[in-house]
Amino acid sequence: MTPDQAPEFQPGIQPRPSLWRRLDMLSRRGLPAALTGMAVLLLSAPFGLPGQAELLPGILLSSVFFWSVFRPASMSSPIVFLLGMLVDLLGFGPPGVMLLVVLLVHGVALSGRYGFSRAHILVLWLVFDGVSLAATALQWGLISALSLHLVPMIAFAFQWVLGVGVFPLLCVVFSTLGRSIANPDRA
Amino acid sequence: MIPLSITLRQALERLVLPILIVAALGIILLGQADRSLTERVRMGLADILAPAYGLVVWPQEQARDLLGRMRDMGRIEIENQRLRAENANLRHWYDVAAALADENAALKANLHWMPDPSPSFVTGRVVRDTSGLYARSVLVAANVDAGIHKDEIVLDGSGLVGRVTEIGSRSVRVLLLTDASSRIPVRLEVSHGAAIMAGDNSGTPRLIYYSQDNPPVEGERVVTNGEIDTMPAGLPVGQIHYVRPGQPVVIPFASLGHLDIVRVFDYGRSAVVPPDAPGRIPVRRPADSFSLPFSSPLGHG
Repeated sequence: MTPDQAPEFQPGIQPRPSLWRRLDMLSRRGLPAALTGMAVLLLSAPFGLPGQAELLPGILLSSVFFWSVFRPASMSSPIVFLLGMLVDLLGFGPPGVMLLVVLLVHGVALSGRYGFSRAHILVLWLVFDGVSLAATALQWGLISALSLHLVPMIAFAFQWVLGVGVFPLLCVVFSTLGRSIANPDRA
Repeated sequence: MIPLSITLRQALERLVLPILIVAALGIILLGQADRSLTERVRMGLADILAPAYGLVVWPQEQARDLLGRMRDMGRIEIENQRLRAENANLRHWYDVAAALADENAALKANLHWMPDPSPSFVTGRVVRDTSGLYARSVLVAANVDAGIHKDEIVLDGSGLVGRVTEIGSRSVRVLLLTDASSRIPVRLEVSHGAAIMAGDNSGTPRLIYYSQDNPPVEGERVVTNGEIDTMPAGLPVGQIHYVRPGQPVVIPFASLGHLDIVRVFDYGRSAVVPPDAPGRIPVRRPADSFSLPFSSPLGHG
């Protein structure tokens, strides 16, 4: 029996998808990273909103953490690297700090994703609070060490609080997206 | 794609994140070692993004402009009322000033007031600040043939600037009233005292020889007092300011720091000589009285 005659019994073998379908899948898979990149660019734009600069790390860390836990294929390590580079190039701090922090958060989320993805959303929020606190503390320590003086901690505390506050909202938005337009299976 | 075994591919995928973390550490070190490289890359990215950010900023500016204009329109009513009240007030003061001018003219006519001769002046542009550490003077390019003489008075739009000290063929040098060698007799308008304004190369000349029981008042106007030839009374000079108690200085009205166009006035006062009074006995100088006792015994002996 050839696979062509009874494809339903061999689900691993499918007809080769057409070009449009592949493009559709690619765009759906790349949507989380593209949205995060857009958010980084928009938050670096001169809108003059209060707390704009402090909101950027929170949104970046939330997005990277969420997608690394629930769909690592959409937030792979090279993409995280590119996002971190973008943030570092748009900012004015010592280069590479945000890049390292965001890669470490990505690594933590990847290593614990089997536990995290089954946990309740409130538990996940608490985990994110701890991870982002450690990330912010690391960022503060690195910036202080690289600029050879103690940077005031209050801005980093504000940044962490904003990230903690924005994570549940982004969870709602991301899970809606993940079920609809960012879902490659619906292509 | 290169065909790889599944185990090798999984091992490679597991290696990606550590490699990227090491790369991030390398970027941190590189950023510390070569700061100019970071700056160049950041500036390159900013140059690419600049038009997009311009697109973001433009509507914001338009909206802010529109809001400001609407706020102004809301205030037009109040602004109109304020201007109307101010206009009525000013009209009142105009009437007062016109009445006072008429009264002044009538009083002067009754007193047989001899009007001051209207001075002739030459306008010139300050071409160079020749001030050094120890002098304050400027060079004025003016038509010297139009009649500029030494010791004439130089004024700008708001007050006395200084005096002409040297005359060239196309320019004159003006000693500013802040120069250390400048001494100008002045009158104080509120306390009616007289004093000498002495420059000390700073921006604010000192006031010396003022009457101790009639000290200058803070903020009063200082005008020339006309005690020297070539300088009439009443030219605006400046304002009294106490740097510390007992040390009054004059803040000049003229912007001596950045002079542009000045006028050189010829008041022609050097021609005015005091008339001889009939029956006036000339005071003998001390030298004359000393010579007499010695000469007369010699002459008689």
